[in-house]
Amino acid sequence: MKPARFEYAAPDSLAEAISLLEQHADDDVKILAGGQSLVPLLNMRMARPEFLIDLNRIAELQYIREEAGWLAIGAMTRKRAVEESELVRQRQPALLAATQLVGHPQIRNRGTVGGSMAHADPAAEYPALALLLGVELRVAGPGGERRIPAADFFHGYLATALEPTDVLTEVRIPVLDPGTGWSFLEVARRHGDFAMGGAGATVRLDASGKLSEVRIALFGVGAAALRLHDVERELVGEQPGEALFQDAGARASQGLEDPLSDVHASAEYRRNLARVLTVRVLEEAVGRAGGAGGREEGSR
Amino acid sequence: MTTQKKAISLSVNGISYEASIEPRMTLADLLRGELVLTGTHVGCEHGVCGACTVLLDGRAVRACLMLAVQADGASLTTVEGLETDGELHPIQQAFIEEHGLQCGFCTPGFLLTVHELLENSPDPSDDEVRDALGGQICRCTGYQAILRSVRLAATRLRDAQAAASSQGS
Ligand SMILES: Cc1cc2nc3c(=O)[nH]c(=O)nc-3n(C[C@H](O)[C@H](O)[C@H](O)COP(=O)(O)OP(=O)(O)OC[C@H]3O[C@@H](n4cnc5c(N)ncnc54)[C@H](O)[C@@H]3O)c2cc1C
Ligand code: FES
Ligand code: FES
Repeated sequence: MKPARFEYAAPDSLAEAISLLEQHADDDVKILAGGQSLVPLLNMRMARPEFLIDLNRIAELQYIREEAGWLAIGAMTRKRAVEESELVRQRQPALLAATQLVGHPQIRNRGTVGGSMAHADPAAEYPALALLLGVELRVAGPGGERRIPAADFFHGYLATALEPTDVLTEVRIPVLDPGTGWSFLEVARRHGDFAMGGAGATVRLDASGKLSEVRIALFGVGAAALRLHDVERELVGEQPGEALFQDAGARASQGLEDPLSDVHASAEYRRNLARVLTVRVLEEAVGRAGGAGGREEGSR
Repeated sequence: MTTQKKAISLSVNGISYEASIEPRMTLADLLRGELVLTGTHVGCEHGVCGACTVLLDGRAVRACLMLAVQADGASLTTVEGLETDGELHPIQQAFIEEHGLQCGFCTPGFLLTVHELLENSPDPSDDEVRDALGGQICRCTGYQAILRSVRLAATRLRDAQAAASSQGS
């Protein structure tokens, strides 16, 4: 058998899961969600937990609801359910776009929304989307419930604010304000593979067509997803246009500390991707906001 | 450390099975080793190749990335379940006619993936098919022949559906 031995429990309720986590706080305990990242690690014995707590039987962690300007998504909601949700399509198209870039349909049939946040893979779409949109993560642990903004949740390479005894219960995603333009793109060898680099942007324009709000996030190019606060600041108040976007792309690329280098792409390649993708997401987001210099969908 | 075995019951291709297994056993190993349904192949055992793909309650999933205990109470379809009374499923027939397989190692995963696709989308565009098959690796046939096989299967299944509904009315 591939994985090393472990004890296993599949509680039906969140309360039961939390009490199991408390009981086993001194063991090497691990939560199992969709298993699309954890089971490969078990099979390769890179992870050897003593106790596995499977959340798949907890129905109360699987839902997509709209609540006063937010989409509240249960951590155990499958990515396929997000992809097929009419609410998501209408309220947060950037979430739909990002979801369709995660792996293949067979992976999305099992992989969960919470799992991608908790795993925090540097090339994963969801952590970047969370930083871009200002997602809130709700966590239940022995000490009660915590609400953590995305900016404080991700701590670097495969690292988050989650303690071993914490359960991520809900991912809250702001709905898209009308008038906000957005874009979420990546470059991968095949559609469905992990991205060699990716980017997202949201923009708002004032009455004169100048950029009043800009957010840009990158993923797959470094140890973790990141927001480009410096680049964003330089863009606010400017008239959008090709030269401005190119400038932003150049700054995004120069600002990259220590780009990833691996078998998929060299550091130089990723530095270039950061530039190209920043330009593209700005063009597309501005286009969707109806601004100058923007590009309509599918015109590339 | 000894691990307690878990008793599970599940339905595979309409047949009920019971098994007592260690929690660390993958679903792929249960199917192949315990239930001797060796049509489900294993290649990479970390989710990348797609050879082990089976249907879990109608959805294509990687059997190498599920624990067998997680299938307790579930209803599965493997490649052995596609035929009816010795007659191949139209998707299987189409793969033969359009040379959608050569060595056949990857084929069970392709067939079940295509099954889910055509169930949800009876007339998919080529792009849709490519997208659905992006997670399945074939090392010898060539993907163009597989794409043609899917097109033929889709046409046959639509024709059969149309014939059945005109007969019904
Ligand atoms: C072939 C292949 C391609 C893939 N491509 C992509 C891709 O392009 N982009 C991408 O982002 N991902 C990709 N993935 C990974 C996939 O999206 C995983 O589903 C995801 O990373 C983890 O989600 P999961 O539900 O499967 O979690 P699991 O694998 O079950 O868990 C992952 C980690 O998160 C922890 N965890 C999970 N849920 C919780 C929770 N609720 N509370 C606390 N901790 C929790 C687990 O303990 C574990 O450490 C791919 C996977 C495969 C096999
Ligand atoms: S053996 Fe399961 S995906 Fe390769
Ligand atoms: S037919 Fe040989 S690998 Fe696909």
